[in-house]
Amino acid sequence: MIGIVDLHKSFGSKKVLNGVNLEIPKGETMVVIGQSGSGKSVLLKLLIGVMTPDRGEIRIDGMNVAPLCGEERLRVTRKFGMLFQAAALFDSMTVAQNVAFGLKRYTDLGPDEIAGRVADSLAKVGLRGIERLMPHELSGGMKKRVGLARAIAYGPEIILYDEPSTGIDPIRADAINELIVLLKKEMNVTSVVITHDMVSATKVADRMAMLYEGRIIALGTPEEIKNSADPIVQQFIHGRAEGPIKNW
Amino acid sequence: MSRDRNGSLLAGFFRQMGEVWILFAETFRNLFRKPWERKNFLQQLEEIGARTLPVVSLTAAFGGLVFGLQTYVGFHRYVGQGSEAYGGPIISLGLTKELIPILVGLMVAGRVGSSMAAEIGTMRITEQVDALFTLGADPNRYLVVPRTAAAFLMLPCLTLFGDIIGIICGMFYNVTIMGVNGKVYLRNTLLYLQFWDVVSGLIKAAVFGIIIAVIGCWQGLKAEGGAEGVGRATTRAVVIASICILIVNFFISKFLPG
Ligand SMILES: Nc1ncnc2c1ncn2[C@@H]1O[C@H](COP(=O)(O)OP(=O)(O)OP(=O)(O)O)[C@@H](O)[C@H]1O
Ligand SMILES: [Mg+2]
Repeated sequence: MIGIVDLHKSFGSKKVLNGVNLEIPKGETMVVIGQSGSGKSVLLKLLIGVMTPDRGEIRIDGMNVAPLCGEERLRVTRKFGMLFQAAALFDSMTVAQNVAFGLKRYTDLGPDEIAGRVADSLAKVGLRGIERLMPHELSGGMKKRVGLARAIAYGPEIILYDEPSTGIDPIRADAINELIVLLKKEMNVTSVVITHDMVSATKVADRMAMLYEGRIIALGTPEEIKNSADPIVQQFIHGRAEGPIKNW
Repeated sequence: MSRDRNGSLLAGFFRQMGEVWILFAETFRNLFRKPWERKNFLQQLEEIGARTLPVVSLTAAFGGLVFGLQTYVGFHRYVGQGSEAYGGPIISLGLTKELIPILVGLMVAGRVGSSMAAEIGTMRITEQVDALFTLGADPNRYLVVPRTAAAFLMLPCLTLFGDIIGIICGMFYNVTIMGVNGKVYLRNTLLYLQFWDVVSGLIKAAVFGIIIAVIGCWQGLKAEGGAEGVGRATTRAVVIASICILIVNFFISKFLPG
């Protein structure tokens, strides 16, 4: 379970998160939507611990991990898998080494078992036989999927997806949506998914949250969000330039 | 050094000193904690050693030659014909204690410190450093510790190697080119050059190794703002490390027993 309480984060004088509160029960898929630059990626980085909040709590299974750092925080990170918005593959390593990276550190598996898991994870994202390629030999969408394979390889309990379907063709994107749903069903994974795509949001979300001006301004099932009376939410999900949001 | 948004140049300087110090302390602590990143460490040893050996050989050779040349001129002019063979110990002393450690330090700063900043800086701006953390590898342990440990060990080796080349070249200039009495030259050198002279140069080199690696990694880790930012970090790593080497060198010379 993830509990976010009154989370604040600024960069210099720029306030990005300004009191975010959100509860995500175990096994739930939470989709976060919001404008570009509203702090969605920052929220995920705070959750996993690569950034530290200025103020507020992040509760993982009841423990506040916000004040932890270094070694102690790294122990909690074991529970997480993260797909970065730009994949963030290690460019000096092959695809197989990238996917095996977490397996080597988080599990005691031998080399053969690791190779098997690497192939499994790549197959799950629809990639086969590319183990020996280097990241610069991959297309943008392939990189993203390798990043996803790397995040799910060691069986994390919580997976953070930063725009999993951006830059991927519609068929593959839908396959990834199905993978997200499958991981939730089979492994009871808790997920936070950032997406700009309302169709895939509807498909994967148990609940959705909209981030606006550093706060969660709407929270509910995809149905409730679609039928929200809030003009800001309406403008955003229908993608209209006209409306209360002016600063785009 | 960049000016702080709301501070003076001096405040910025001390803040940055603090950052380096914190990084160094963290690295030092992690050095004694298992597990070590052995693979990265060996890779860095090779990187630092193999990458700089040609450059170090060349600088040491010409350092030895030119130092031999001026010492010859000095003895010839001020002490007199036939005294040049006494230049041997002076050349060796100057080379092992000062010239070679500094030349090696500056060369490695240019060659290796810059590539550390560029590599880690690129990893930072492409979020690979963050990815390391999410996959269970502490960036300090994975990146900074192996580099610092490797530089700490490799710089004395390179310096010792440079000492030998420099001394040989100094002797080559005097004995072979200028016709100084080789036996006297060699006897004087062996008689007056002390073990400690060489060791104190190696101690300096080890300190320079730490300076180069920590400053290179520090600049890399705080790189931001795309390719331009990485470029800036790279240049800064070299400039700052080189200046630090020259300053620290003076103080070590001053305070290490003669
Ligand atoms: N490391 C950083 N240093 C300074 N500012 C940052 C940093 N990371 C993010 N920001 C700022 O925080 C704000 C939110 O960034 P974030 O990446 O979270 O946006 P986002 O909601 O993910 O947008 P997008 O949908 O375009 O990915 C941006 O204004 C950005 O400038
Ligand atoms: Mg983002």
